[in-house]
Amino acid sequence: MKSIGLLCLLLLGLGGCSSGTWGWYVIDPTTKSGWVNIKFLISGMGDTILISIIAAAISIVLGLIVALPGQSSKRGWRIVNRVYVEFIRSIPLLPMLFWVFYGLPIIFKSMGLNIPIDPFWGAIITLAVSDSAFTAEIYRSGIQSIAKGQKEAAQTIGLNYAQTMRYVILPQAIRRILPPLANQFIYIVKMSAFASVIGMQELTRRANELVVTEYRPLEIYSLLIVEYLILVLVISAGVRWLERRMGSDERL
Amino acid sequence: MSKTAIELVDVNKWFGSFHVLKNINLTVDTGEKVVICGPSGSGKSTVVRCINRLEEHQKGTIRLDGRELTNDPKSIASIQGEIGMVFQQFNLFPHLSVLENLILGPMKARGQSRADAVEKARHYLARVRIPDQADKMPGQLSGGQQQRVAIARSLCMEPKVMLFDEPTSALDPEMISEVLDVMVELALDGMTMVVVTHEMGFARKVADKIVFMDEGEIVEHAAPDMFFSQPKSERCRTFLGQILQH
Repeated sequence: MKSIGLLCLLLLGLGGCSSGTWGWYVIDPTTKSGWVNIKFLISGMGDTILISIIAAAISIVLGLIVALPGQSSKRGWRIVNRVYVEFIRSIPLLPMLFWVFYGLPIIFKSMGLNIPIDPFWGAIITLAVSDSAFTAEIYRSGIQSIAKGQKEAAQTIGLNYAQTMRYVILPQAIRRILPPLANQFIYIVKMSAFASVIGMQELTRRANELVVTEYRPLEIYSLLIVEYLILVLVISAGVRWLERRMGSDERL
Repeated sequence: MSKTAIELVDVNKWFGSFHVLKNINLTVDTGEKVVICGPSGSGKSTVVRCINRLEEHQKGTIRLDGRELTNDPKSIASIQGEIGMVFQQFNLFPHLSVLENLILGPMKARGQSRADAVEKARHYLARVRIPDQADKMPGQLSGGQQQRVAIARSLCMEPKVMLFDEPTSALDPEMISEVLDVMVELALDGMTMVVVTHEMGFARKVADKIVFMDEGEIVEHAAPDMFFSQPKSERCRTFLGQILQH
């Protein structure tokens, strides 16, 4: 995976050498202005990571809260789960972002609440809620994949529903849902680029701003893609490490 | 001594339109050992699963120690904690060590301290003759060992009654006797037991009463010598002929 990334960089670099279409000077670390530009672009990394991590953390909790009623024996609870999942996952991210950022404050105001929504929390709420519908479905498949006998055995040693979930079902389910959850995290990182349109100073926004002043979209967006690529590769490596560690506990 | 531990009166159950249990009447006294046998699909596992409410019966009454089984979740939880259950597929928790499997119920359902729970777990592990495997994961044990851990896990809840649902059916032949030995010991200690099994040697040795089921009905129940020497019904004779001929 890493070699593919390097290869891409190399190809872009070679392209720069061989023709006049490229103007790498704009992000040339050996020149003063190029270095300033690079630092400006990379400085968005912190917010991209922060937004993604907080949104993912909320989504993991929210997804579980949404998933559990879906497992209920009562029809009403299952309907609540289905309606949430179907409704939320049908909304495209960008309209939801606009609705949360521009629309939600109006609702708050009409309710007499003074809750401002800044780009940071607007992006996090949107990403988390949008993703939670998918996370809930991942939990559902994970919980359903645990054999019925596990729940029954937990019942026969007197555990109640919450204890059965916490000590028996979820610890086993979490190992199975880690790969798809990691996928969702990567999805959040990439979708956080939309936060740029409500003025969040993350990676994509920085790139957009620099393009406006430097008129070098090809080079700047190329670097932007490489930034996301590196971010995702690092996450993937982290997840593989985590999977190996958790998998080795089970020894089945 | 002959206090009634379990009482089933006219118990009926349907899976959809399929009538699995038909007017089941059964009494198990404290300290009594009842073996339930019969062809597969005869409803014998379902009887056991109704007793500890893993399945719900639709008609009739089930009483445990005189208390009727109802839909009240609290009563179900307390009953399930008092009745030990051993499954065909062991159903150990694969992500927990043997010791953690044993102490989970006593600590979380009964609120016992870790030290007490561990002490009791080690006691019962010794009793099922695997005192040295406490820190292993279930997947590292043989089938026979896993089933004995499952028995110990149930015993840690100090149940009044132990239910066994074909405890040796998933085991390799050479491991069956190590599990049966533990069950015989348990029986000799006076535990009230209801055992669904095809192990007729075990039935002959420990059962006070053998119940033969077919097509959701109790066809016959008798003391072991009568059951084996003079089965009354044709269905029972056929069944015994099939499982005892080898």
